[in-house]
Amino acid sequence: MTLAHETHEHDVLIIGAGGAGLRAAIEALAQGVRVGVVCKSLLGKAHTVMAEGGIAAAMANVDASDDWRAHFRDTMRGGKFLNNWRMAQLHAQEAPERVRELEQWGALFDRTENGEILQRAFGGHSFKRLCHVGDRTGLEMIRTLQDRGVNLGIDVYMECAITRLMKDGDRIAGAFGYWREQGRFVVFKAKSVVICTGGIGKAWKITSNSWEYTGDGLALAYDAGADLMDMEFVQFHPTGMVWPPGVQGILVTEAVRGEGGVLRNKNGERFMERYDPKRLDLSTRDVVARSIYTEVREGRGTEHGGAFLDISHKPAEYIKRKLPSMYHQFLELADVDITKGPMEVGPTCHYMMGGIRVDAETAQSSVPGLFASGEAAAGLHGANRLGGNSLSDLLVFGRRAGLAAAEHAKRSPTPTIDSLQIADAEREMLLPFERGGGESPYAIHEELQDVMQRLVGIFRTEEDLRQALSGIEKLQERTARVHVEGSRLFNPGWHLARDLQSMLTVAEAVTRSALARRESRGAHSRIDYPDLDDAWGKMHNVVVKKADTMKLFESPVIEMSDDLKQLLIEESGTK
Amino acid sequence: MAAVPMAETTLLVFRGDRESGKAVEYRVPFAPGMVVLDALHLIQARQAPDLAVRWNCKAGKCGSCSAEVNGRPRLTCKTRMDSLPRDKPITIFPMKAFPIIKDLVTDVSWNFKVNRKIPPFRPRPDVEWKMYQRDVDRVQEFRKCIECFLCQNVCHVLREHGKEEEFGGPRFFVRVASLDMHPLDDVSRASVLKEELGLGLCNITKCCTEVCPENIHITDNAIIPLKERVVDEYYDPLLRLVRKIRGAGRA
Ligand SMILES: Cc1cc2nc3c(=O)[nH]c(=O)nc-3n(C[C@H](O)[C@H](O)[C@H](O)COP(=O)(O)OP(=O)(O)OC[C@H]3O[C@@H](n4cnc5c(N)ncnc54)[C@H](O)[C@@H]3O)c2cc1C
Ligand code: SF4
Ligand code: SF4
Ligand code: FES
Repeated sequence: MTLAHETHEHDVLIIGAGGAGLRAAIEALAQGVRVGVVCKSLLGKAHTVMAEGGIAAAMANVDASDDWRAHFRDTMRGGKFLNNWRMAQLHAQEAPERVRELEQWGALFDRTENGEILQRAFGGHSFKRLCHVGDRTGLEMIRTLQDRGVNLGIDVYMECAITRLMKDGDRIAGAFGYWREQGRFVVFKAKSVVICTGGIGKAWKITSNSWEYTGDGLALAYDAGADLMDMEFVQFHPTGMVWPPGVQGILVTEAVRGEGGVLRNKNGERFMERYDPKRLDLSTRDVVARSIYTEVREGRGTEHGGAFLDISHKPAEYIKRKLPSMYHQFLELADVDITKGPMEVGPTCHYMMGGIRVDAETAQSSVPGLFASGEAAAGLHGANRLGGNSLSDLLVFGRRAGLAAAEHAKRSPTPTIDSLQIADAEREMLLPFERGGGESPYAIHEELQDVMQRLVGIFRTEEDLRQALSGIEKLQERTARVHVEGSRLFNPGWHLARDLQSMLTVAEAVTRSALARRESRGAHSRIDYPDLDDAWGKMHNVVVKKADTMKLFESPVIEMSDDLKQLLIEESGTK
Repeated sequence: MAAVPMAETTLLVFRGDRESGKAVEYRVPFAPGMVVLDALHLIQARQAPDLAVRWNCKAGKCGSCSAEVNGRPRLTCKTRMDSLPRDKPITIFPMKAFPIIKDLVTDVSWNFKVNRKIPPFRPRPDVEWKMYQRDVDRVQEFRKCIECFLCQNVCHVLREHGKEEEFGGPRFFVRVASLDMHPLDDVSRASVLKEELGLGLCNITKCCTEVCPENIHITDNAIIPLKERVVDEYYDPLLRLVRKIRGAGRA
């Protein structure tokens, strides 16, 4: 039997109100369908608000010889050719138009001398390509999208968490969730569902990610039968804060290096000269993160186990204008004045390259009616994402997902949701209150973070990964007995109990995929297989749910079209 | 990490809902550099798993973690424990101007309703898309707003007089300023400011400016110029025209 619950009906339901979700919503709305957006936090607080450094688009405002081809090449090289080339192409071609559109909706970027959008250098980009607003680009972007969406009339369900996707036979029929505030349940009926829920950083201990990054969207899609692809590729951003302990992991934007910041070890050596003499501090994130980690492991780290990042050779006024929030962040949280001395930094879990496998043009997953975009979708970034390529990803594929989801909805009859599915979803949510004596979800979460941090970090080995897998399995058993106290009224312990299930599912997928990939590529470094392997370069790892267990299979990389192959050859140094 | 013997801190945290509530005492270990939000998370993890708190970025960027710490409205993620006197308990209460949902979480949905009253950005027709840094700089201050609603929380028009129906509050004056002073915007929001957002009710006490974690000079740079604008438009259309032309000439 199901309890009384409210029901809402939309043509397109979007889960997540970050850049991807809002852009999808705006586009779907423009197609004249009924759109609902659900998000776990208040509107405007999604991760996108935290993005700092900028948005990558080959507008060629600063470096006149930049164009989409160069952006495409950089993206493919950064991703070690595991990218879906079609996505990389569409992304590079469409990003400038999406940025201009954002500006026409009211966003204000920093300017060049002659009144164009200013662009800055970033790791792995061969030209000055990142459009930015000081170091608060994400805030500008989300506010612009949020206000446009609200003005156009999207219905937003804030502080509402989705816990299950509902199906009608093979296809999507909607979603089930609860209001964080009162704990009441809610059912959304929809012909198309777009997952824009972001990443999974909260499964690691040292992370730049917020409480929302528990991999819900990935787990929801997986449970509904969708493929998850390239899950071993988790990005560790090279520069998170390392001291004091309370701030560990908070991001230090790559814009610091983009504006001229230099990395040194405790002996004052500019160690990037050893690891990437050409690009130095502006090498790709995988390389810089591994380099810092190596310096620390070999005893050349700072007192608190990191490296020094110094921009104090630039004029104080310049630093305060270009990096205002970094200036305040260090002054207020770490008593460090970055205009006078170096920051102490170290790698922090930051971004998920893997995710829901989607079609490049439409963002549709392997489940009819289920779409995904933004950090929750896989493909664009391959084995390693370049900085700034996420914000542009959100706009390009958010728009495409919204468009395709609306078209799908227009062609589809109204689905039905049988009450059994709903009753089951309710029962699952209420169990932790009913069983007595189990563990606290916080304790299990801490252990999961410890396992992932120690065993599924920057450097991986077969032995560690096997240990992690058995650790995760034990935690899964313990989670099935978890107990929560209190009422359903705004109860974070209860919310975490549900989030843990997503985190464990995704952690298992990451670990299994990492175990299977016997090579080192991009963000995935196997000490026992330190080299790139051409055979593995032609394979994606895909996990899918079969008869309630996680199955992993290899799937060939889509062959690149000849004209694009030519593009990659044309320039020297194709590595 | 070196094993430093840890001192303890006592916190008095409001626990309760709309019906009833009281301050409850918790003791947490004190670590260097710790912020109030860290202490709240420790309480959640070890002592009160159902303690309701909002947060997202833990870096002063999202504006989710607002509360009243020792009676002062602040972001808990940017309030260092070592900046507070430790000889007496640290009190942590929810924002007072908004209805309590539970513990430190308040119902701020009213703000989202106010926002809907504001006419969006609309560029001048046939505008050439060029802007210069000096014109953009003028607005950037207002666009830094992270919507923590601390200014709304201290404004006496809302906090003491409960004028939510007539008054939009400092956050939305900042918002209007960010649109109005956009170099290419072509909308007049004077009537909205006057009729719907009740700008006239603000008597420039500057309490809002004092609490803004983004150091936005809400009163001097947003509210006062907007008040002048309303006056101009309502009482001196000629002056308004002159200002518009001068403003455009500067670009
Ligand atoms: C500190 C930081 C700095 C960054 N800087 C940059 C940068 O300079 N340039 C760049 O390109 N990228 C940057 N990134 C990466 C980029 O910000 C993110 O990848 C991107 O914002 C993700 O956007 P999204 O739309 O996919 O998801 P998000 O913006 O994270 O939104 C996810 C949404 O899903 C909702 N959600 C999640 N689970 C559920 C559920 N179960 N039910 C309902 N709703 C749910 C959340 O509430 C949220 O609304 C940065 C990231 C961080 C953390
Ligand atoms: S200056 Fe105006 S808006 Fe600010 S607190 Fe005072 S009355 Fe409120
Ligand atoms: S103006 Fe300042 S105090 Fe008010 S909501 Fe914005 S950031 Fe917060
Ligand atoms: S948690 Fe984002 S401002 Fe405090």
